[in-house]
Amino acid sequence: MTLAVFVVLSAVCVAAVAAMILSRNPADNALFLVVAFAALGGLFGLLDSPFAAVAQVLVYAGAIMVLFLFAVMMFDLRRLEPRSRKRVRLGLASALAALLLAELALAGIRISGLAGPAWRSAEARDMARLGRLLFTDYLYPLEISALLLMAAIAGALALAGRKDAG
Amino acid sequence: MIPPLAFFVLAAVLFVLGVVAFFVKKDLLTQFMAVEVMLNAGNLAFLALTAGPGRANAQAIVLFVIAVAAAEAVVGLSVIVLVFRRRKSIRTDELRDLKG
Repeated sequence: MTLAVFVVLSAVCVAAVAAMILSRNPADNALFLVVAFAALGGLFGLLDSPFAAVAQVLVYAGAIMVLFLFAVMMFDLRRLEPRSRKRVRLGLASALAALLLAELALAGIRISGLAGPAWRSAEARDMARLGRLLFTDYLYPLEISALLLMAAIAGALALAGRKDAG
Repeated sequence: MIPPLAFFVLAAVLFVLGVVAFFVKKDLLTQFMAVEVMLNAGNLAFLALTAGPGRANAQAIVLFVIAVAAAEAVVGLSVIVLVFRRRKSIRTDELRDLKG
């Protein structure tokens, strides 16, 4: 059962990202990415990480992609991306991709020796533990990320909020 | 139970697809989306390679990655909006002022 869920979710995720590469409309791309991120949220759930799953669906598939769609709204979409005639770029990209995949496969072979330790998944699902971690061990990163989000809001307003910009 | 390696392989495939998308696509917006795909592949690898109590730490780190990604998306998108306002185009093959 779990395996079936994993196979379906990963197939959806990879297919959505592949569709994003093939499609030429930015609005469609954003919607494909919503699908991919929602499937990825399900995969996080399979990994006994309910908090990451919820954050993924709410923040990524929800907030960030809505932001992308709002940005798409501001651009001229009637002009689709012309079909690329340059094969060089595709060749270079696939060469780089093959190199990277080989490297990651090496890393995968290295970690495949790691035997999955017997652990209780309840321990990973423990939300209280995560909350305590966030406010003890990760207190400074938490506060800094709050500051970072604040700075990002201020920065976005300063950059794009002005009427006379551009 | 699914081996962690399966999740790692999926993360690797997603990351590579993100890299390909970044280099093949030519509008800034979609390239930016490709960066988000790579960030998510990183998150998946993080969760896949931890076990037991460590998974809670990984979730905390995933939360920070998502927070940084949100900040990056906000600032990046406003920069893209500015580029579009100034140049009426977000296609990277039309923005070639730095080409000698």
